[in-house]
Amino acid sequence: MWERIRVIIRKELIQALREPRMRTLLFLPPMVQLIVFGFAVNLDVDHVRIAWMDMDHTPLSRELRASFEGSGRFDVVAQPANEQEAADALDRSVAQAVVRVLPRFERDVHRGRPTEVQVLVDGTNSNTASLVSQYAGQVVANFSNSVMPLRQNVRVLTRSPGGPPNTGAPEVVPRTRVWFNPDLHSRNYFVPGVVANIIFIVTVMLTALAIVREKEIGTMEQLMVTPVRPIELILGKTLPFAVVGLVDVALVTSVALLIFRVPFRGSPLLLFFCAIVFLMTSLGAGLFLSTISHTQQQAMMMNFFFTTPAFMLSGFAFPIRNMPVAIQWLTWLNPMRYFIEIVRGVFLKGAGVAVLWPQIAALAIYGVLILLLSALRFHKSLD
Amino acid sequence: MSPRRLRAIFIKELHHITRDGRSLAMALLMPVMMLLLYGYALSLDVDHVPTLIYDQDQTSASRDLIRQFTGSRFFDVQGYVDNYRAIERAIDRNRIIMAVVIPRDYSRHLDLGERANVQILIDGSDSNTASIVQGYAETVVRGYSIQLRSDILNRRGGERLTPPIDARLRVWYNSSLESKNYVVPGLIAVILQIIAALLTSLTIAREWEMGTMEQLLSTPLRPVEIVLGKMMAYFVVGLADAAVALAVGLLVFQVPFRGSPTLMVVSVCLFLFGSLFWGIFVSASARTQLQAYQMGVLSSFLPAFLLSGFVYSIDTMPRVIQVITRIVPARYIVTIMKGVFLKGVGWRVLWLELIFLILYAAIVFLLATRKMKQKLA
Repeated sequence: MWERIRVIIRKELIQALREPRMRTLLFLPPMVQLIVFGFAVNLDVDHVRIAWMDMDHTPLSRELRASFEGSGRFDVVAQPANEQEAADALDRSVAQAVVRVLPRFERDVHRGRPTEVQVLVDGTNSNTASLVSQYAGQVVANFSNSVMPLRQNVRVLTRSPGGPPNTGAPEVVPRTRVWFNPDLHSRNYFVPGVVANIIFIVTVMLTALAIVREKEIGTMEQLMVTPVRPIELILGKTLPFAVVGLVDVALVTSVALLIFRVPFRGSPLLLFFCAIVFLMTSLGAGLFLSTISHTQQQAMMMNFFFTTPAFMLSGFAFPIRNMPVAIQWLTWLNPMRYFIEIVRGVFLKGAGVAVLWPQIAALAIYGVLILLLSALRFHKSLD
Repeated sequence: MSPRRLRAIFIKELHHITRDGRSLAMALLMPVMMLLLYGYALSLDVDHVPTLIYDQDQTSASRDLIRQFTGSRFFDVQGYVDNYRAIERAIDRNRIIMAVVIPRDYSRHLDLGERANVQILIDGSDSNTASIVQGYAETVVRGYSIQLRSDILNRRGGERLTPPIDARLRVWYNSSLESKNYVVPGLIAVILQIIAALLTSLTIAREWEMGTMEQLLSTPLRPVEIVLGKMMAYFVVGLADAAVALAVGLLVFQVPFRGSPTLMVVSVCLFLFGSLFWGIFVSASARTQLQAYQMGVLSSFLPAFLLSGFVYSIDTMPRVIQVITRIVPARYIVTIMKGVFLKGVGWRVLWLELIFLILYAAIVFLLATRKMKQKLA
């Protein structure tokens, strides 16, 4: 039996690696994804482009502008002279926000009259917009605080004679500490997820196509007249791609560590073990796809149907917590969700079996079930 | 080029499409399903942040501060703990994202009129969520601090003290900051790109694999006619997909549509031309359907999803990659979609994007025809 399995594995590997173009396709997509996610995908908002509309033109308004620019988060890219130009800057996405300092700004502040600074934010991208609003609010609040002591001192001195100025003004200061990713690099969050993503995409597709191709070309009949038994066929068809998947994992992990310097705090052995468990689900899914499609085109379409939702609803790019509750329930059915949690836990948090056992158990149950069901279905589809 | 031959290949390809019912159904249903699923699911907005509180001080002052967090809809206080271990465990298990720790000497410092610290611990693994959470939390504490200060000064001074300068924030185009309003228009563009690539990437590779290409070769058909005829057939499907996707966006998601419908139709058509020609080009370059599919998906789905500005803004990418995004057609259609849907801008603002789409379609058409010629020769 092992002899026959070995023969099939060899045949599959030869078929998969025969063409140079095929070889690149096996290893190029993982690399491209890694580079794009490592370098390009960045949700951090800095250097917000703002249009500065100063209708006051006083030292104080210039000071406000300096504190916007000095915060390191804002770049003034335009100075619209009127309403129309300001609107145009937002329309053309030249600026992400317009800050408008009203006339009499300085006079009002000096007279102790409350005044406002208007900030118009382009809300097209709601995520960026809420960050920009927060930053702008903070800059204005700090500026406001810095001009307040002047007036307070005046008032404290005048209203409570005898007391020393500025005492008895308590303050609460937030001290924030960010764990696991103190510099808040998006890269540290995304790159580990790519590991999961790549195994899934590569192995589901390759397994499904390896079988459907034989059906389509008619070589499946030839295989069936040989003494190869279904279980041997299944093993022979899936094991080579398991190997390809593991090689991809090793490749991606080393690039993540060496080039992107993503922290790896957990146990490599645990990651490797979980990758194998996860592979059972993806190979099972591949087998399953092959049983429900007759042509390669159908298999590819179906594959797209499976892998894209698995990717989108895995928490890889979009937090599951933000999804509607019904869809959150749906994600419990997604094996990739568990693996992403495992990968991130192992990479960033250094989590071990004690923390990750529910995810590992879910994956294992899932893997065995899918693999069994698909193998049974596949068995039937051979008869 | 003969219109008759063009029509013949167009009809042949239409037969191909309609004959395989399962694939056709998928091609038509997939966009709707993707839009419905992802339109609701994909969101980067942060609220109801699961939070733990560790109050070492246990005084009315510390409870007053805690009320600022429990009263905010951004935070969802899950409970109170009395040691750091519990916080660590909860963060490790992804149960909470943030913890507020009020130190033992908090109220004492306040009573003395000194500076009191509040510790905020955040799980940084999701950097985007973390930085938003950090902003919210610090705003809450700072705001509370100012209020506390002015309360005490007021008690002493008698007159109300208000912060002299107030930021008046106004959000344009998407004033409720709903993420569906920005996800859905971009998503429509991304879905069209994927469908176009999926539909066409196999069309020529399949003929090679099945051996029907030889039959086509023996006819007087010319490469231009094959490319155009095939494109036209899939254009019909693509247009149907676009119509359905737009309808779902407008009717189901109620995304505001503020711009010109004509501009929308013209740019969708231009974009479809470009993407379909690209699929045909890929298909003509590949030897097998598997390769064609892989190349098609890799060259359309990934760039459309990641480099188009659909969710990940291009501004924050490194220079080199920003330059690369200039050759991604999805980037232009995403800009147009968002512009027409949300901003209501017209030709005056978007003409450059349109020209890029035209150029792209023209160049890829030439490439595809040349590739076909090479293959047929």
